[in-house]
Amino acid sequence: MRESVNTMSCAEFQAQLPNLIGSTENIAEHPHLQGCQLCRALLADLDAIAQAARQLFPIEEPPDALWQHIESAIGREEATPDLR
Amino acid sequence: MSYFASSTQSHREIHGASTPLETRNGHHGNNSPAPASNQDQAEILARAQAGDHHAFAQLYSIHKRHIYSLCLRMVGSVAEAEDLTQEAFLQFHRKIDTFRGESALSTWLHRLAINVVLMHLRKKSLQVNSLDEIMEPTSDQRPGRSFGAPDLVLSGAIDRLTLQRAINDLPAGYRLVFVLHDIEGFEHNEIASLLDCSIGNSKSQLHKARLKLRASMRDLQQEGRK
Repeated sequence: MRESVNTMSCAEFQAQLPNLIGSTENIAEHPHLQGCQLCRALLADLDAIAQAARQLFPIEEPPDALWQHIESAIGREEATPDLR
Repeated sequence: MSYFASSTQSHREIHGASTPLETRNGHHGNNSPAPASNQDQAEILARAQAGDHHAFAQLYSIHKRHIYSLCLRMVGSVAEAEDLTQEAFLQFHRKIDTFRGESALSTWLHRLAINVVLMHLRKKSLQVNSLDEIMEPTSDQRPGRSFGAPDLVLSGAIDRLTLQRAINDLPAGYRLVFVLHDIEGFEHNEIASLLDCSIGNSKSQLHKARLKLRASMRDLQQEGRK
């Protein structure tokens, strides 16, 4: 078993990545990564992208007019409950 | 190097889902005073549930930025995000009596808004009854093989604007799972439940989204060098 993991091709390793990344297993210790610079680089990229994305989106302010639209729509619904 | 070792559980805190948003930076819309505490918010909620319109306006003021930002991240369009925020608050108004406080209001509202976005995406897709179509992009939208690709980390190419552009360009299904997991902090089992798909599908979509982002960023980086 160990030998088959060690001789795993990049395609085979990358096919397993969705499950490996979503598991509690420490991927960095995966035998394939010990000898594969390409897959180490791929994982580093994916990790960096995920981390950068978390910092990316600021909290945005909706336009002031939006409340007026919502208030009007609530008023219409209350006047005619069938609109709901 | 973390290789995704860190949990994403705290992202919702980062984005304020459990935080009284208006108390964070003192910015208030709607000319409503910001509540100072959770107790104030509970009182405002009780008044809104009793039909007090001013109290509902205050709840809007507290939660509007979080809900609008969530919609904007999920759909990537300002106009759609405004419509979806409006729809989310309309549904909130309709269902406010059903909120019993089992979870934080912000969490409940967050879920409600996500469902509004998902309904919208279902309506947008040609197959009205399923998210399958947007969950499985066409072959030319899928990420290609990554063998031999240049290393973005080593080349310092994780640029905010480039990444934002790449995320906006993601096929809708990929963006949905990527935003829910990597930005909103949902676990795969929660995403599977929200999207009515398998956990394996959620993991697979997330992985494809990240691969697609990597490929797009490489392309954008190369375009920038021309």
